[in-house]
Amino acid sequence: MRVTAVREVCVGAGMCALTAPEVFDQDDEGLVTVLDAEPDGAARPLAREAGALCPSGAVRVVE
Amino acid sequence: MTEIATPPSGAPAFPSDRTCPYRLPDQYNDLRTREGSLQRVTLYDGRQAWLVTGYDTARKLLADPRLSSDRRHVDFPATSGRVESLRDRRPAFIGLDPPEHGPKRRMTISEFTVRRIKGMRADVEQIVHGFLDRMIDSGPPADLVSQFSLPVPSMVICQLLGVPYVDHDFFQDASQRLIQSPDVAGARAARDDLEGYLGGLADTLRGKPGPGLLSTLVTEQWEKGTIDRDELVSTAILLLVAGHETTASMTSLSVITLLEHPEQYAALRADPSLVPGAVEELLRLLAIADIAGGRFATADIEIDGQCIRAGEGVIVTNSIANRDSSVFADPDVFDVRREARHHLSFGYGVHQCLGQNLARLELEVVLTALLERLPDLRLAVPVDRLDLRPGTTIQGVNELPVTW
Repeated sequence: MRVTAVREVCVGAGMCALTAPEVFDQDDEGLVTVLDAEPDGAARPLAREAGALCPSGAVRVVE
Repeated sequence: MTEIATPPSGAPAFPSDRTCPYRLPDQYNDLRTREGSLQRVTLYDGRQAWLVTGYDTARKLLADPRLSSDRRHVDFPATSGRVESLRDRRPAFIGLDPPEHGPKRRMTISEFTVRRIKGMRADVEQIVHGFLDRMIDSGPPADLVSQFSLPVPSMVICQLLGVPYVDHDFFQDASQRLIQSPDVAGARAARDDLEGYLGGLADTLRGKPGPGLLSTLVTEQWEKGTIDRDELVSTAILLLVAGHETTASMTSLSVITLLEHPEQYAALRADPSLVPGAVEELLRLLAIADIAGGRFATADIEIDGQCIRAGEGVIVTNSIANRDSSVFADPDVFDVRREARHHLSFGYGVHQCLGQNLARLELEVVLTALLERLPDLRLAVPVDRLDLRPGTTIQGVNELPVTW
């Protein structure tokens, strides 16, 4: 699994940091940052859910 | 509310009033059983628009850049005379499209991050227990709306914005008139009142910064010329009104829904770790900002076998889309154990609710506190006697008699 995020597209809704806090965070500007680009174990389904919930298309999760 | 008759075209009137806070109006049940995820409806002024009733189509359309949120535009579908009467006012970012939208929204998002909101938990708990103490001391009975549901999010958003809570009688009244006034002049007067109040507050912060987001916007944006005064005031109104009216409504309707489902209420009392999931389920079921998904097409859009023509209005009804049985099994059943976080009650796309994590925090703290402090809470009047707000505004009640 490979996780990426596009800051330019992010709208700061925070769905990713809420859903998969080990994989995503928000920086001081409120924009998405990736903490773990290759999550393992229990973090994987959460990262997948975060990708599905992201409202702006900023979060990409590729299996 | 006066219902307009269904015109010969077969496009029923929209919106409709609920008769039960947690059930769809009969007219919506009829719409959702029709084939397809897009239906034609007739708005108050006789115009027709597309009503989006399917979950997948709703998500696709809310993320489609060919749909505009610009409420100043003549093609934007107004769902009431009240909305129409505010068309000429300068919109905050909620009414702007990309590329103008992004930079304006970004001026505020750092205040609403998951981490920032988590850091507010102790303050929110203190506010919740403070109002609960007062309500318990003076009752039973009590009006949950005026003594708890409304003052809690009012005080929270005041602290976040840096608006003096001492002015709450004024801005709670003006907010309520803005979103509920049955007549056009009343809505415009309420908007004028809020513009005057928040504009005046912004003026006092120029050169004299204070705590809160409003002061940050004055110092970092207005004084540097990235937004003008009108836009600053519009943004402040959006944050203040959306910050308390919505959470207040969710609190009241959540309490009604839980009390009317005693087995679900008992499950939460037995296991408070279910509260965050219950909040998502309540958001899904109650869909209080049901008419917030208005858009219009700027180009022809083919979707689900239909063609939305450029210039046509589109309205996503969260209450119906959240009950799409292909996404939520037994969608009319209230189940606090349901995985419901993908509901559309906060919208979807670039306009998804900025304050959603604050709303989640407030509702979690509120429900946890009520379960703990008032385990015998009950409605003081039968649910069918409650006076529900009409379908044209944020769903809720203006009064909720409770006892314990």
